[in-house]
Amino acid sequence: MIRYERTKGLTDNHTHYCPGCTHGILHKLVAEVLDELGVLGNTVGVASVGCSVFSYEYFNTDFQQAPHGRACATATGIKRVLPDRIVFTYQGDGDLGSIGIAEAIHAANRGENITVILANNATYGMTGGQMAPTTLIGQVSTTSQEGRDRIQHGAPLRISEIFGQIEAAAYVERVSLHDIGNVRKAKKAIKKAFTYQMEGKGFTMIEVISTCPVNWGMKPRQALDWAKEHMIPIYPLGVYKDVVPHD
Amino acid sequence: MSKVLMKGNEAIALAAVSAGLDAFFGYPITPQNEVPEYLSKYLVEKGKVFVQAESEVAAINMVYGAAGAGKRVMTSSSSVGIALKQEGISYMAGAELPCVIVSVMRAGPGLGGIQPSQGDYFQATRGGGNGDYHVVVFAPESIQETVDLIKEAFEVADQYRNPVMILADGLIGQMMESVDLDRPAKKRHIEPKSYATIGTNYHEGRNIITSLGLDPVYQEKHNLDLKKKYDEIRKHEVAFEMINMEHAEYVIVAYGTVARIARSSIEMLKEKGVNVGMIRPISLWPYPKKAFDLIPKSVKGILVAEMSLGQMLDDVLISNKGRLPVAFYGRAGGMVPEPEEIVDAILNFDSKVVES
Repeated sequence: MIRYERTKGLTDNHTHYCPGCTHGILHKLVAEVLDELGVLGNTVGVASVGCSVFSYEYFNTDFQQAPHGRACATATGIKRVLPDRIVFTYQGDGDLGSIGIAEAIHAANRGENITVILANNATYGMTGGQMAPTTLIGQVSTTSQEGRDRIQHGAPLRISEIFGQIEAAAYVERVSLHDIGNVRKAKKAIKKAFTYQMEGKGFTMIEVISTCPVNWGMKPRQALDWAKEHMIPIYPLGVYKDVVPHD
Repeated sequence: MSKVLMKGNEAIALAAVSAGLDAFFGYPITPQNEVPEYLSKYLVEKGKVFVQAESEVAAINMVYGAAGAGKRVMTSSSSVGIALKQEGISYMAGAELPCVIVSVMRAGPGLGGIQPSQGDYFQATRGGGNGDYHVVVFAPESIQETVDLIKEAFEVADQYRNPVMILADGLIGQMMESVDLDRPAKKRHIEPKSYATIGTNYHEGRNIITSLGLDPVYQEKHNLDLKKKYDEIRKHEVAFEMINMEHAEYVIVAYGTVARIARSSIEMLKEKGVNVGMIRPISLWPYPKKAFDLIPKSVKGILVAEMSLGQMLDDVLISNKGRLPVAFYGRAGGMVPEPEEIVDAILNFDSKVVES
């Protein structure tokens, strides 16, 4: 009896991600959810620019590669002309939180019926660890080499909080991948987001606290612990918007 | 077929709808606002897609998405907004996606003015986005021609899987003329859009729309394939008109509104006993270089007239190959020349020569 098998939502391609990178886990969760919901053949994904620029090699669906920051606009174009397909974006905190913040906010504000998967690792991973809007105060990066300074660089941007304020957003939750329990909760949240899309409820976003061991200069295990100890206090986990009232 | 009196921008909107427009993504900017305004009602009534995007950047990326999903898509803007679209246009050329982009030119550079201009010839024909690519560019001189070229543009875009631009100016966008909206474009053989990302349930394998090519061996091959495509376009899509060339002493080269004005200038010059012809490029890219090989021996000089300070002039100098003296007359900042100004430029040709 098969207890566990590789999800049909992922292709056989070997990923290029660094050892200990949580993109691998997140790809698997999204792929498993789409597979379990039975929508793989009806799904179009939008890849952004960052380490996950190659995500179209790994997800077993049709895909479009969007320019840096523009995935939510590209996804809008796809979903508007193919309203019965499942459309999602897969973006990092630099892509969505910096150059793509306008496109993301306005996709939410128009109530576009898409799902945004946001991997937040407080850095620009692909380009070698520059400071991102989400980089923590004191966190060293290649463009804040003395550590992020409140006066010079501002403060970490809390993305889920912003999107939770948008009236036309349907579901916004922040989750984390730093341990097994939270990985399970993350998968539940992702499934909820895609289910809301299938039910036509509107814009859904799951922000996923992720690690970047290489650019943080840490071992993978150390990076997971650092995310738990330092990122979670700044980026509290939880539901920031749900159009469906709950007790 | 009966004609209707219409504003240029509205005719642009209707022409696109009759060409089978599936989706329009735009943003407000003077002087083309009637295009999105009209489509916001008219397209939606037909059950098609209209989105006013949050910026011209977002709009071109929505066009990318919908084009990748296999639909007929259009965006419109003016000069400053077209500048914002350059990244998306380069991506669409690289990913080989079709679309129609309407630019209703206004004065620049920068915020400039809202009056008509031809100052974006370089922006349109020399690309403003990165990399080795071209946009097919058509320049109408009347609202009727705008309508006909828009219908043609969708066919060209689909046939070659490339963005096509209609380069108009504020005068064409805002003026009113009678138009026959029912003239269909010549049908072309267009391959079915088997590349479209519509879901793996609906086609073999996985469809991926991308312009990424990190391996230089692959990327060079891709660029060479694009070049082959552009060479095909150069061979088949050149369009121009030659007017009054028999025994002409001078040739005016002008496009769009300036060509229209020059037609009056030619009549005025005839009355003064000076016989002047005109080469009117309709395709700005690919540029009708071969028209310059057809200039009769009677011609002793070429006058380039533009609402700019010399952009198409460069293509004329290239096409002329040093054979004839070239003079230039231009207006800028939103000023539209009177026919008399072009008449004067011909009568004082030698004072306007830029290359003898």
